[in-house]
Amino acid sequence: MTAPSSPDNKAENAEVITRQRVMRVLAQAPDQQLEYLYEKFADKPDWTFARKPETGLVMTRGRIGGGGAPFNLGEITVTRAAIQLESGEVGHAYCQGRNQRKAAIAAFFDAAWLSEAHKQSVEANIIAPLEQEQLTAKKDKLKKAAATKVDFFTMVRGDG
Amino acid sequence: MYVAVKGGEKAIKNAHTLFAAKRRGNENVPGLRLDQITEQLSFAVDRVMGEGSLYDPELAAMAIRQAQGDLIEAIFLIRAYRTTLPRFGYAEPIETGKMAIERRISATFKDLPGGQVLGPTFDYSHRLINFDFDAEAAPETPPSSDEDIDLNAEVPRVSDILGKSGMIEPDHQFDEGHETGDLTRTPIDFPTDRDVRLQNLARGDEGFLLALGYSTQRGYARSHPFAGEIRFGEVEVEFFAEELGFAVPIGTMEVTECQMINQFKGSAKAPPAFTRGYGLVFGQAERKAMSMALVDRSLRWKELGEEFSAPAQDQEFVLSHSDNIQATGFVEHLKLPHYVDFQAELDLIRTMRKEFDAQQNENGDEPKMEAAQ
Repeated sequence: MTAPSSPDNKAENAEVITRQRVMRVLAQAPDQQLEYLYEKFADKPDWTFARKPETGLVMTRGRIGGGGAPFNLGEITVTRAAIQLESGEVGHAYCQGRNQRKAAIAAFFDAAWLSEAHKQSVEANIIAPLEQEQLTAKKDKLKKAAATKVDFFTMVRGDG
Repeated sequence: MYVAVKGGEKAIKNAHTLFAAKRRGNENVPGLRLDQITEQLSFAVDRVMGEGSLYDPELAAMAIRQAQGDLIEAIFLIRAYRTTLPRFGYAEPIETGKMAIERRISATFKDLPGGQVLGPTFDYSHRLINFDFDAEAAPETPPSSDEDIDLNAEVPRVSDILGKSGMIEPDHQFDEGHETGDLTRTPIDFPTDRDVRLQNLARGDEGFLLALGYSTQRGYARSHPFAGEIRFGEVEVEFFAEELGFAVPIGTMEVTECQMINQFKGSAKAPPAFTRGYGLVFGQAERKAMSMALVDRSLRWKELGEEFSAPAQDQEFVLSHSDNIQATGFVEHLKLPHYVDFQAELDLIRTMRKEFDAQQNENGDEPKMEAAQ
């Protein structure tokens, strides 16, 4: 899938997976909730845009038969942004949808998570609770689906 | 051919104003909110996203509202909108094996590993109009299973299960060096490969594909299908960002996947095995995914050494007419002024009638006068 796959570089892989988790949680966060968390975030460091929010398209792909060669399925709207903190860290965001404010905030939290000064606070107050909510919501959906699991039985018709 | 006609500006403006009032309808009725459409008309939203070929539920809802529920018009709005945005690139292929499954059924194995999950569906309902339906009433809370849910569990596809024993053909691969075709970048060159065909079908008109799929069942390119598996749920979308050097999870989307299992193919070298058709569509769109899989399979006649006999096998016919925006553009352009064209036709037919009358006169028949000269 995703991480650079040079086998001799496990530490780098682990780092990528950790960062992917942060970016995933931020990208999947509801717009208004992220806005609220940003307003509430104490001692916000100063920042500037390293890349102003921009909305565009990414072509999604499936695989023929589910696991075969790729084919182009259709596009999805994505908004990206990059933010640099005064301390130098650059945070990135790629968020599904067209909300530029959300992408900017996600990039801000990504940058803050990368900085020594704010990492703990972002992890504890932003990422961990959002992730928990997302996992609970997903689990809840799957549990409701699982309640519709069925055991079919077939009956022999006639005298056989 | 049609020519530009001047004039009518005021009439057009007034027609638009009238149409906007019609869109709103009776003002005593509350106006439609977008969240009402995304939350309560999700199948319409899914269809507009699929055939508009752009995954964005809120945008689809805006288009549906503006188009007053005319879904092809809404799809048109989406297609026009997408041309205004830059393309960042191509996502990593989605992993349907890792789907968070909301519905999964198989008509071929009752006890398939991972189980049959009926999920939210119209199936098994009586299709009777509910005259007592209360749109404001809170629905009953759906029951939750108390089984442990493993969020990282992968659910094998039916094709993988059959594939282990070699009884079904494997997933399609191309020769090394094949570049994935993209019909939004390069016009289709016939005959075309299965990747481009699937891209075309995924954004094709549901009604057109349904009719073609139905025709294969009725014997026009018979392929003996079974719904091996249909699954619907959420998958993650990842995009490899150059500046970061890794794939970024940008969000999730819902898709429907259909694995159609069809009759056999074997050769002197290989034992007989089931063949397959594949369908993959944005949102919950089972009818479309199934139709797509049927047509994908019928288009493979040559590769599988079958006889050519029916429209659903003809890739130029199928792929050239599946796009409802191209189709509606050409059909509806007939409404545009064709005055000069038609004038030429009128002149031609007058000449022909004169010749006809002259011929009749020579034969001594009564001359027939043209009624409206």
